[in-house]
Amino acid sequence: MATKLSPKEYVKRGDRLTGGHRLCAGCGASIVARNVLKGAKDHPVVVGAATGCLEVSTSLYPYTAWEDAYIHTAFENVAATVSGVEAAYQSLKKQGKIDKPFKFVAFGGDGGTYDIGIQSLSGALERGHDFVYVCYDNGAYMNTGFQRSGATPLGAWTTTTPTGKVQPGKPQQRKNLTQIAAAHNVPYVAQASIHDFRDLISKAEVAFDTEGPAVLVVLSTCPRGWRCDVAQSVNMARMMVQSCYWPLYEVIDGKYVINYDPKKRKIPVADWMKLQGRFSHLFKPESQHLVQELQDYVDREWERLKALASLPNPGATTE
Amino acid sequence: MSATTDTQHLIQAVTGNQAVAMAMKQIDPDVVAAYPITPQTDVVQEFAEYVAAGSVKANFVTVESEHSAMSACIGSASAGARTMTATSSAGFALMWEMLYIAASMRCPIVMTTVNRALSGPINIHCDHSDSMGGRDSGWVQIYNEDAQEAYDATIMGFPIAEHADVRLPVMNMYDGFIISGAIGPLQALTDDEVKAFIGDAPTYPNLLNTDEPMTFGPFDGLHGFYFEHKIAQQRAMDRALNVIQGVYDRFAAVTGRQYNHLMTYCMEDADIAMVVANSAAGNARIVADQLRAEGVKAGVIKLRTFRPFPTAEYAKALANVKAVGVMDRADSFGGVGGPLYMELLSALYQYDIRAKTANFIYGLGGRDIFPQDVETGFRLLQAAAEGADLPKSRVYLNMKGA
Ligand SMILES: Cc1ncc(C[n+]2csc(CCOP(=O)(O)OP(=O)(O)O)c2C)c(N)n1
Ligand code: SF4
Ligand SMILES: [Mg+2]
Repeated sequence: MATKLSPKEYVKRGDRLTGGHRLCAGCGASIVARNVLKGAKDHPVVVGAATGCLEVSTSLYPYTAWEDAYIHTAFENVAATVSGVEAAYQSLKKQGKIDKPFKFVAFGGDGGTYDIGIQSLSGALERGHDFVYVCYDNGAYMNTGFQRSGATPLGAWTTTTPTGKVQPGKPQQRKNLTQIAAAHNVPYVAQASIHDFRDLISKAEVAFDTEGPAVLVVLSTCPRGWRCDVAQSVNMARMMVQSCYWPLYEVIDGKYVINYDPKKRKIPVADWMKLQGRFSHLFKPESQHLVQELQDYVDREWERLKALASLPNPGATTE
Repeated sequence: MSATTDTQHLIQAVTGNQAVAMAMKQIDPDVVAAYPITPQTDVVQEFAEYVAAGSVKANFVTVESEHSAMSACIGSASAGARTMTATSSAGFALMWEMLYIAASMRCPIVMTTVNRALSGPINIHCDHSDSMGGRDSGWVQIYNEDAQEAYDATIMGFPIAEHADVRLPVMNMYDGFIISGAIGPLQALTDDEVKAFIGDAPTYPNLLNTDEPMTFGPFDGLHGFYFEHKIAQQRAMDRALNVIQGVYDRFAAVTGRQYNHLMTYCMEDADIAMVVANSAAGNARIVADQLRAEGVKAGVIKLRTFRPFPTAEYAKALANVKAVGVMDRADSFGGVGGPLYMELLSALYQYDIRAKTANFIYGLGGRDIFPQDVETGFRLLQAAAEGADLPKSRVYLNMKGA
């Protein structure tokens, strides 16, 4: 289980994603990438990225923001690409051609993970490559101009679920990638958020130290696409976690562990929805019921998660 | 070496796929990432047997699709590992996006493409629509007539792909079922000969070099070097012509089997010629022999290196020919003709050769091609050499109801 890094230790760990990249002010993606890499401690890392905001903004030729070796090939295949790098490393290591203790991490957005990349992710997890997969989930295809994804919440405005007379934003609930990943019975899966970066680093550290595949699904804000105040970016993530829309939890060898339970401090989803322009249409009387639908969904999922966490070992991979 | 007295190089009876799997075993790359598809399947299965038996060191990545196969190959090659794969048809099509990326990232991957028709209707038999459609992807393409050629080309793959003047992926083609599944003769090299021929992999910039961490596959967004990058790829293709011939020659020195970009047959004094790729070349040679016996000066050019295209060599070989037929086992719907035909017309035009030409489409979806079908084509060429016109539109060989 991840134990939080002390603030002292935190400042000691340098940045492996440098400044000067072109992500928007307040973007969650760089917070994810920087803190995840701090979890790799002193290991050399090969970073893979799927096409998306993080990728285009950090590798503008002839510049790069990555201190580590980095590879991007396409959108739907970062897990496959990194599994190839890892396979090469294992082969060369076995032959005695390389001795450095490399770690491997693949970053994908929610589009590159929940949707177009889910096949290559599933394959790589099932094959058991020794790598960390990180989905920075900002709930839409931001890089191409805010289109809906399988991670977009119910009712949200996106450019492919615009609000109109007969459609109040996205008609469907989101899917649960974290539990899809957990269903692969990989040794470590965790959900984290950019607002609690010490928790994120600690989870990344566990993920890097885990032998075999590990998956981190991290709530990542997008002030541009969410139509919210840049200065409120990190706070937005905090509120979403506090509402239990985005619970912080781990699945360790099949055992669910909830890391944060707001209990009496649990806030309604409407509190943060009101602050994000992508939901503004839902606060008109005729679509108010959708706010309640999302609230009911979140409550139901939270209860289900608590039930899972109360089981001795639902995954049964170790006992 | 003489086949009868040479016990080290006994002639074996193997399928095309077994021959290639054997070559892969002897090469013993660092990584193989592949996904099964008819008619390539036994390449992957045979290799899996070698892995299971511990007779290769390769890390065999059993990916969940061909898109992931090529993605993993790119990752692996970018990490500096010798990397191979194999596919056919729909698998090739699923790799499409990644074929271009493999070439543009200058990954020296060696791939076997066992030619099979693209769907639809879904059809498992041979034609060249898969690899011909990939001709602009930036891969070196070498077409092979039989198991021996396919085996030899596999062994020559890395010396071409890894050459500092080239550093491009290489794909080797042969005909699905006709060659992949049929048993034919193979004279293999010894393991030591293969090792010596391919040598150790050269080091090139890679992901596992901690002294110099590099960014691979950056975004060409604002500053715009994409154009120059593409020109660099074309220049590598230009240089590849010589490099490939050099590897062919070096291979000949070891085995006595001389390959050239185009393999000419009875072309010295030919009035009419047929250009053809892969297994149908044998039929064309048989018919040329029959015509020669009649006194008709017929010749055959078997296409071998297709990318890069040896334009000047075709122009030279066809300089004095009166009528040329091009046999295409794939079509380019709505185009001037099949892909080989268009290529050849361009080459001839560029060199001011104005032979009469005809395009023969044959063998789509595995349709048989008999010597009499090839003869139909040759007879048209013969008539053209004597003054008749050739049809401007495609001539279909062995079409039902024709
Ligand atoms: C095969 C393919 N389809 C579509 C695209 C266009 N595309 C590039 S990035 C992207 C969306 C990325 O969304 P996400 O993964 O959520 O990352 P974000 O941009 O939100 O960070 C899309 C649709 C592409 N590059 N490749
Ligand atoms: S559009 Fe959103 S995800 Fe993309 S860089 Fe800007 S804030 Fe980040
Ligand atoms: Mg996104």
